[in-house]
Amino acid sequence: MTKPAEPMEQSARTEPIAFPRDRTCPYHPPTAYAPLRDARPLSRVTLFDGRVVWAVTGHAVARELLADPRLSSDRENEDFPAPAERFAGVRNRSVALLGVDDPRHNTQRRMLIPSFSVKRVAALRPRIQETVDRLLDAMEAQGPPAELVSAFALPVPSIVICALLGVPYADHDFFEEQSRRLLRGADARVSQAARGELDAYFHALIDRKREEPGDGLLDELIHQQLAAGAVDREELADLATILLVAGHETTANMISLGTFTLLQHPERLAELRPGPGGTDPSLMPAVVEELLRYLSIADGMLRLVKEDIEVAGSTLRAGEGVVFSTSLINRDEAAYEDPEELNWHRTTRHHLAFGFGIHQCLGQNLARAELEIALRSLFERLPRLRLAVPAEEIPFKPGDTIQGMLELPVTW
Amino acid sequence: MTKGSDVIRVDTDRCVGAGMCALTAPGVFTQDDDGFSQILPGQEDGGGDPMVREAVRACPVQAISAGSPS
Repeated sequence: MTKPAEPMEQSARTEPIAFPRDRTCPYHPPTAYAPLRDARPLSRVTLFDGRVVWAVTGHAVARELLADPRLSSDRENEDFPAPAERFAGVRNRSVALLGVDDPRHNTQRRMLIPSFSVKRVAALRPRIQETVDRLLDAMEAQGPPAELVSAFALPVPSIVICALLGVPYADHDFFEEQSRRLLRGADARVSQAARGELDAYFHALIDRKREEPGDGLLDELIHQQLAAGAVDREELADLATILLVAGHETTANMISLGTFTLLQHPERLAELRPGPGGTDPSLMPAVVEELLRYLSIADGMLRLVKEDIEVAGSTLRAGEGVVFSTSLINRDEAAYEDPEELNWHRTTRHHLAFGFGIHQCLGQNLARAELEIALRSLFERLPRLRLAVPAEEIPFKPGDTIQGMLELPVTW
Repeated sequence: MTKGSDVIRVDTDRCVGAGMCALTAPGVFTQDDDGFSQILPGQEDGGGDPMVREAVRACPVQAISAGSPS
């Protein structure tokens, strides 16, 4: 495909700035995005490789475009934009579910949706609560201080997704490390090697499960879909990789960054400190929804334009890349009152933290349940929870990956 | 809003099982065993639930429509 010409339309009022950028405060959009915020809903930005792509920053335009079938998610397409060098290197491998278009996407998604329905997730709640309680017991037994990412934020979703998939949690050191290398490895070689390790792991696990069936989603897929020929072993391993990586990394980041953010907003957090009857659980859905909007940890979803699209007075040409800055989209003044304020008393519905369109997060209701239970229980059990070191000293993730805390030293 | 003011329809061919309808308006929507959106029995007219409009807007693939019967 020939390189698309620079668009004629204005909208590129300013020089395209580099994208993505590191956040300056872990819970705010990067300050470097100010020109993009001022130019809502659409700007031009420059990726690491010099490629200029569209950046969507307005809420209404984002909803419209994410639901538009003329935007492709096909990561095997060599024109698909990459946010960092290491992802460009993984291009020659398919990425199940989130990296494929319909009809293949639809076939894959339909195998999985029964396991993530609101009802199924509701049935998992007691098990999530049990996991959370056990980890908090261990933290209390150990006594303060603690490093919350490794003691709580990561193991909660990791244990839950393992149980759901039927992956032995005993292997968590291995896959947590490979996920870290895949998403944040130093370069393409590291990411690619991690992908290879996960592939090999799942191929071996699938073979083992064929002999000794368990009771997880992976077992169901092996004994129904794989046996019926609806999916092959390769594709099943791809799906398992995505579910495992997406299932623990993202929620772990929301727990760590959510906790940090609440600790930095004591006047808000006061509402979650337990009263005589504990923390009011009916408050939690709104708290979680607002944190999802405010933190927008998947900040920079990518698409490729398949056919020209007229939007917001511009033409997105076939072959061009598009990036969605969810942190800016979810703070669009046209969609939310006082969007810069963390406030769960106003309506925060319709945020795009989980995306929109056919690829909207499959595990979003599981994530909501995990976040509600983890955050409520954490502040209920440890009402004096606070940072163990000054906030400025706590490291967080760079801008080219899912946002979250690298460490979270706490005491109580 | 009076009961019976809407005709709610779900297009299961479009539905991707995100569960936004069941989350937003649980008095009207649920998910069937395949994970697809389903209108609760007797709620086909929306039951006067103001959250139906929000559920229509929340659906990521515009699989739900709520219109007047006429």
